[in-house]
Amino acid sequence: MSIDLRTGSPPARVPFYNDPKVRSIAYQVALCAVIVFLVYGAARNAIDNLERAHIASGFGFWNQTAGFDISQTMISYSNLSTYGRAFWVGLCNTLLVAVIGIFLATILGFIVGIARLSKNWLVNKAATGYVETIRNIPLLLQLLFWYNAVLKALPDFRDSVNIPGGAFLNNRGLFLPEPIPQTGFNIVALTFFAGIVVSIGYHIWARKRQEKTGQQAPVFLVSLGLIVGVPLIVFLALGLPLGFDYPRAGKFNMAGGIEILPEFAALLFGLSIYTAAFIAEVVRAGIRAVSHGQTEASYSLGLRAQPTLRLIVVPQAMRVIIPPLTSQYLNLTKNSTLAVAIGYPDLVQIFTGTVLNQTGQAVEVVAITMAVYLTISLATSLLMNFYNSRIALVER
Amino acid sequence: MKRIVSVIALAVIFGATSASAQTLKTVKDRGILNCGSNGSLAGFGLPDAQGKWAGLDVDLCRAVAAAVFGDDKKVKFVPLSAKDRFTALQSGEVDVLARNTTWTSSRDTQLGLNFIGVNYYDGQGFMVRKALKVNSALELGEASVCVQQGTTTELNLADYFRANKMKLKTVTFATANEAVKAYDSGRCDAYTTDASGLYAERLRLANAADHIVLPEIISKEPLGPAVRHGDDQWFDVVKWSLYAMLNAEELGITSANVAEMAKSDNPDVKRLLGSEGNYGEQLGLAKDWAVNIIKLVGNYGESFDRNVGSGSALKIDRGLNKLWSKGGLQYAPPVR
Repeated sequence: MSIDLRTGSPPARVPFYNDPKVRSIAYQVALCAVIVFLVYGAARNAIDNLERAHIASGFGFWNQTAGFDISQTMISYSNLSTYGRAFWVGLCNTLLVAVIGIFLATILGFIVGIARLSKNWLVNKAATGYVETIRNIPLLLQLLFWYNAVLKALPDFRDSVNIPGGAFLNNRGLFLPEPIPQTGFNIVALTFFAGIVVSIGYHIWARKRQEKTGQQAPVFLVSLGLIVGVPLIVFLALGLPLGFDYPRAGKFNMAGGIEILPEFAALLFGLSIYTAAFIAEVVRAGIRAVSHGQTEASYSLGLRAQPTLRLIVVPQAMRVIIPPLTSQYLNLTKNSTLAVAIGYPDLVQIFTGTVLNQTGQAVEVVAITMAVYLTISLATSLLMNFYNSRIALVER
Repeated sequence: MKRIVSVIALAVIFGATSASAQTLKTVKDRGILNCGSNGSLAGFGLPDAQGKWAGLDVDLCRAVAAAVFGDDKKVKFVPLSAKDRFTALQSGEVDVLARNTTWTSSRDTQLGLNFIGVNYYDGQGFMVRKALKVNSALELGEASVCVQQGTTTELNLADYFRANKMKLKTVTFATANEAVKAYDSGRCDAYTTDASGLYAERLRLANAADHIVLPEIISKEPLGPAVRHGDDQWFDVVKWSLYAMLNAEELGITSANVAEMAKSDNPDVKRLLGSEGNYGEQLGLAKDWAVNIIKLVGNYGESFDRNVGSGSALKIDRGLNKLWSKGGLQYAPPVR
């Protein structure tokens, strides 16, 4: 030490274990090692214990016959199908309720959110009452309410409510006439899809023209004509090529037609109404976040109230709305697992319920189910993030 | 240090590791038996208004406690759903699973369980409203049937309808409570479960007299208590607790006369009650293990009458559950 000072050479190099850089890396490596070791140890331990207790493991059960029935199947399924097939049935049922639920919750949420900003006292207070009531009652209770108090109070099948148009409502569900396409209906469907494609093209063309010349085009009316009007004319011209399978009274229940189970309806109502309360608040916050100066500036430029809302306020509000809206969508999807309480055959009810119990392979079944929900949620996030980046404020 | 931490963490994550081998010692050290029970099925496992549990399965657990501790009160009953019951036993949360569980080959081999015997021979049936004017299960084609999830019932139901070429609409619920409630409110035409369960659940319906149990029994449902695979000593203790109750009935020993019978000259009685031989010690228990069971819980016949038979609200006929000597199936190997 003293020699160093005297000769005036640069100070001794810090030993490597005192180098902050090396230290921080070493700590991180050590932490990673511990975590990997813990995870490995836990997995190893679980496998050893399963083996010692003679509990079956592996994914061999996937192709075994399931043997049980499911009340609602969107893809063909019978009790001779495999556990793998039962998994897909459950996944479809989950996605069905999630997609329709998201759709309904969004519409209802936007309406209520805007109503909360209304200057009309009654509309405003009604919306406030809705939000404050619904979001402060646990979802499970709401589902049980819909299922037990509302739907089961419907009449027995012998006293079914006859809805005009051949539909029936009773405590077994809602029975609708099932449309059966006849020859020529393909042409109607074709014109419908062609109408959508042409409308999109027209929309793009109209926008480009407006950017160039400032001329506006009646996009909405033209699209309506193309998507609804033209197929309707074709449909009429071909002599109504659509038959209906009407529900009729069977021995125990309605037979034929489309059956909408009360379990599905209860879950859908419960989820949509609950999530809509949160979406309403998100929407209100988003609109409030746009400063009033923007509206005033728009008015002073001569825009009327309607275009101001559509072109100035909403696009800016969307930037604030989308991220929390995404998490509401994810919540709705995850909350759909409460289906198990009211007997709707979603993924959790079928797969981690009956399949887990019949195969006894808890680790595999639960791992698969968690992976599925993770995938659904990440996919939803990805889609919403993509949309968010599209509508993000473009700084010029 | 790192190692110690990880070992602790692992023990926390998979806490059930050491519970597999020495259940008898674990139970004795703990001073209380953890018994997985139904919790909502009259006659098999149901706590009353005072929180006192009663039922055929409950009695089996009390018998095990009486044999191990000499005290039938040292049982903690853990109510389990049909879905959760096997996991609870596998993970060591309970020492015995006595929850009207059907003994099947896949449960025996795939779930890491051992069934100790059959404490109730049952079969699956249907309950319908009288107003439907259905007299046979074969008339139930197209009917909606409420069923509980995670039971053999779901499979039997599908098999029966398939075998008889009938269509079926099942509505599946996580618990028997929900399934019965749905049936009662008219969501389903029929409710299906083990016949004993049908009689028990009928008592809870809004108007019990409006419902009938159809005559068809569509499956064999041997209900038995189970323990974890791989601990033969504990397996023996639970198994012989049931056999002691059956042997006691066969030998005419009841909770009332057990003290008297101890003076009997009958060698079978003497061996069971421990005044001859060391059969209790062979099981790792006290000499008077069977005396405690009979004195505190009673023999199988007493337990049956009190919980599901003529002395109960269910009034189920003993049928297959009579002793072999009376024309039934209940048979226990001798203590010798």
